[in-house]
Amino acid sequence: MSYEIIESCVNCWACVPLCPSDAIYEAKPHFMINKKKCTECDGDFISAQCASICPIEEAIIDSSGDFLNPEGSLTGISPDCRSQVMVEIQAR
Amino acid sequence: MMELNAADLTTKNIDEGCSSSGCGGSNDQLSHLPEHIREKVHDHPCYSEEAHHYYARMHVAVAPACNIQCHYCNRKYDCANESRPGVVSELLTPDQAVKKVMAVAANIPQMTVLGIAGPGDPLANPERTFDTFRQLTDKAPDIKLCVSTNGLTLPEQVEELCQHNIDHVTITINCVDPDVGAKIYPWIFWNNRRIKGRRGAKILIEQQQKGLEMLTEKGILVKVNSVLIPGVNDQHLEEVSKVVKAKGAFLHNVMPLIAEAEHGTFYGVMGQRGPESLELQELQDKCSGDMNMMRHCRQCRADAVGMLGEDRGDEFTMDKIELMEVDYDDAMQKRAEYHASIETKREAQKNKNNETFISISSIKRHKKKQSRPVLMAVATNGGGIINQHFGHAKEFLVYEASEMDVRFIGHRKVDLYCSGDKTCGETETTLEKIIKTLNGCEAVLCSKIGYEPWEMLEEAGIQPNGEHAMEVIEDAIAAVYIEMVKAGLADKNISDSEMQIRA
Repeated sequence: MSYEIIESCVNCWACVPLCPSDAIYEAKPHFMINKKKCTECDGDFISAQCASICPIEEAIIDSSGDFLNPEGSLTGISPDCRSQVMVEIQAR
Repeated sequence: MMELNAADLTTKNIDEGCSSSGCGGSNDQLSHLPEHIREKVHDHPCYSEEAHHYYARMHVAVAPACNIQCHYCNRKYDCANESRPGVVSELLTPDQAVKKVMAVAANIPQMTVLGIAGPGDPLANPERTFDTFRQLTDKAPDIKLCVSTNGLTLPEQVEELCQHNIDHVTITINCVDPDVGAKIYPWIFWNNRRIKGRRGAKILIEQQQKGLEMLTEKGILVKVNSVLIPGVNDQHLEEVSKVVKAKGAFLHNVMPLIAEAEHGTFYGVMGQRGPESLELQELQDKCSGDMNMMRHCRQCRADAVGMLGEDRGDEFTMDKIELMEVDYDDAMQKRAEYHASIETKREAQKNKNNETFISISSIKRHKKKQSRPVLMAVATNGGGIINQHFGHAKEFLVYEASEMDVRFIGHRKVDLYCSGDKTCGETETTLEKIIKTLNGCEAVLCSKIGYEPWEMLEEAGIQPNGEHAMEVIEDAIAAVYIEMVKAGLADKNISDSEMQIRA
């Protein structure tokens, strides 16, 4: 049971101090999660702390390979609405 | 030349006019504040327009994490070639930051202020931020400390801030309405959860306002930064200005949105536009009825070093600092001497300025016809004087001269078109760009200017002027304005549409 940080990570540090298991560490080219330490915040928090502050969509995956923050989940704009929203924003 | 004109226009009624630069507006936007506040910001380049001509500041990038997302920010901050908030080249530990501050303060004697502004949010990294402050209070007691925050965790940290001899805090407040906030902040991290949309924005706004009130109650000066986002909060910032003033903020800094696709921000990628210079100026003028507006902000990097508008960060990378030997006590002594000499110079210029204001305010009584305000651009290297070649200017300071006074309006960045060698190329296009950025200005004052740009500026309705080299900016502008008034170029009857054609 462990999450994994993948290459879309931008090394912003936000997750590191929040991890209750001290499982996240600085590494190149991006931060990593120590699989042995990660508990997916089970018993500590309702939601995984790293995934709750991560500003990047599709940067953390669970053990089945699914994104914790899929595309559109953080901007609040689903991929099929994107071009519509873009038109609205460009009219400002 | 300036004195001659001034004498010509001086009337017997001079004693009715105000000889103080604090009356009817002035070149120093803080002049009507209480003495104890003016004293606190007197040598702070980010808070006092006048001080920024003389004093330097630096930011140390010790605070990487952030607890909110702003649509104008890209959390990938590692870039050497961009100059905007939130961007840094190397992240420092508190110990490295302290070492850097000591080295910079020994090499740049103008330095008075150390700020922590990111690249994330300083208060989302409390251990790193406060460890840096603690060490500096001890090692460099003459350096003022300040911090810039989004305000989310501010209320719970006001006590701690007060422990660290910090008397300036900047809060970025872009809205006081959660519906506006939902268009700027997609989410916040709050009580160990991500809260999205309007709900998140509402909490953020409440925390910012609460923090602002708590700080002012403690006597800490609060400046409010707002990013002007056309179509999002442009109609709303006047309200923000009123609200934060009522709660005790002493200065409001409205900055233009920076949004380029290549920066990778949400707004940049989605094609949100930034405001035009004149849109920004118009809003700043609207807010200024209620609030002191800051207009000299350069929106610097979270690791900027030097005078505002310059960045000497390259001279002080950690590998270079490791090789520097610094005698702390000697450096502090030298700084004190340097600052004293700056103050002597400022005092002398202030007295000179007051003379100028008398002569300008006398125009009105002398002439029946009323004169309109005129915008002028200035090329300067600092020190409050006109001392830069037109072709070397990376930015122009814009002033407005009117019957009342000469006041600073803002700065406009340009691409440098002359780096000194002969291989410049594409001079024309760059010049055209500069002329566009000077839109609305009727004169540009510099120490020298080449023949080619002179002609193009004239054609564009911007009068180049190299006659006031090495003069105090406000004096020179007043002199040019008086000449324009005398020549009938600043009469009120020139219609706005005519002005636009000229511009």
